[in-house]
Amino acid sequence: MQKNKLEQYGPASNSRSHKLKGYGSVSGEREAGHVYTVSEITQKIKTLLEEKVGEVWVEGEISNFNSGPNGHFYFSLKDQSCIIKAAMFFYANRGLKFKLENGLKVLCFGKVNVYGPHGQYQIVVERVELKGIGAQQLAFEQLKKKLAQEGLFDQAHKRPLPLMPFSVGIVTSAKGAAVRDILQILKKGAPCVDALIRSVRVQGEYAAGEICSAIEELNSFGGVDLIIVSRGGGSSEDLWSFNEEAVARAVYGSRIPVISAVGHQINTTLSDLAADIFVETPSAAAKIIVDRKNALLSEIADWKHSLDFSMKNAINGLGADLIALKHALKSPADRLLEKQQFLDELLAGLNYNIRHSLELAKERSSSLIQRLGVLSPLAVLSRGYSLSMIIPKEEILKESSQLKAGDRLKTVLHRGSFTSIVQEVFRDEGKTGI
Amino acid sequence: MKEKPVFEEDLRKLQKIVDELSSGKLTLGESLKRYEEGVKIAQACSSTLGEAQRKVELLMKKDGKFSLEKFDDTDEGEEA
Repeated sequence: MQKNKLEQYGPASNSRSHKLKGYGSVSGEREAGHVYTVSEITQKIKTLLEEKVGEVWVEGEISNFNSGPNGHFYFSLKDQSCIIKAAMFFYANRGLKFKLENGLKVLCFGKVNVYGPHGQYQIVVERVELKGIGAQQLAFEQLKKKLAQEGLFDQAHKRPLPLMPFSVGIVTSAKGAAVRDILQILKKGAPCVDALIRSVRVQGEYAAGEICSAIEELNSFGGVDLIIVSRGGGSSEDLWSFNEEAVARAVYGSRIPVISAVGHQINTTLSDLAADIFVETPSAAAKIIVDRKNALLSEIADWKHSLDFSMKNAINGLGADLIALKHALKSPADRLLEKQQFLDELLAGLNYNIRHSLELAKERSSSLIQRLGVLSPLAVLSRGYSLSMIIPKEEILKESSQLKAGDRLKTVLHRGSFTSIVQEVFRDEGKTGI
Repeated sequence: MKEKPVFEEDLRKLQKIVDELSSGKLTLGESLKRYEEGVKIAQACSSTLGEAQRKVELLMKKDGKFSLEKFDDTDEGEEA
């Protein structure tokens, strides 16, 4: 530390020794009585410093940065132990691609000068180069941060692509590979899409301006559904125009949705970030449109199927209803047959019943006949009894009171019969003992 | 130039018809009418997408006026 300090002190003591030398000559001749005015001595120091030190490269870290109202920059360069004032005037700083800010490690080229009014020496910086990260990279990061803070990259601002872009505006070089790639893919995959090319330079100092106006022109021309801002691959320097603030703003500001397709995989430009959609290559941009067309076609086919299906369903449903109704609605002929069948069933039952009851009756009658046989008077006759009846009434005789003398009788025996005439009637003889 | 608004409107109409028809709430007569309409729109949309007549033009601007120039995009002698 001590050593370091001494080293740092070196040049200062050195310059002091310059001064001393100058002063020495004065002090040595103090008798001569020359006394400088402040301005004179300042002028002398100024001359000394500016001639002896002059133009230098100084390495250090920026601190106390501020920019004056006229666009001049004032800051300090410092290292661990020393600090030197620096000014970078507008004419020198307007070409800077990145912003100076505190903490930035830089290499400054400039002239040491003395600013009399403040009695200060400073370095007037003409050029600044970055230590570490590249200048362009820094500019990119700084701009990216700024635009992001403004909301240029917000998802909320991204517009959906049109359902189907039938007219595509292409901002690229008409001579480049990008436009060929895009047109080829559209031609093969989506020949229903018109292309409107606004040719621009895609690198160099005029590129950004041309890209911006092309976007605006496609917007105002009318009828364009989608804009592709594109460029084939290249070094990051080649693609730099697409990192310019104006281009990012033009992409963001387009009323028509923008696809940014710049360079290849690894490069993400600010134009990409500001676009509604960004893809890695020009071909990929065209493919989005082709995919969209194909997706729509298959969606329409699906809908068509759905229509067919619904219609078939409706018809089938009605068919089923019809069958059900037909069932419900019976023809009179069917009804008649049904009744006939019922009748047949009844008849069959009836037959059975009749036969059954006939059989029952037959059984009963034969048993009755048997019993009748037992009870028949004829059976009694066989045992010697006889049966008499008055002729011609054939009234069977049970009492003598039924008779008077002279009546004709018919008497039935077990075998055969005979007639007789009553001679005498005996009454009240009670039971005869025969 | 194709009529994009018509195309998008047609697609919306088609979707609506599909929804209506699949709801099963229409009478047979209405269904048939909607079905016919839907099929017609679907065919029109498909054929718009299937169209192969495209224009490729260069947009030029001179003295604040736009003009269109034919852009030759035939590639590698693929087409005459």
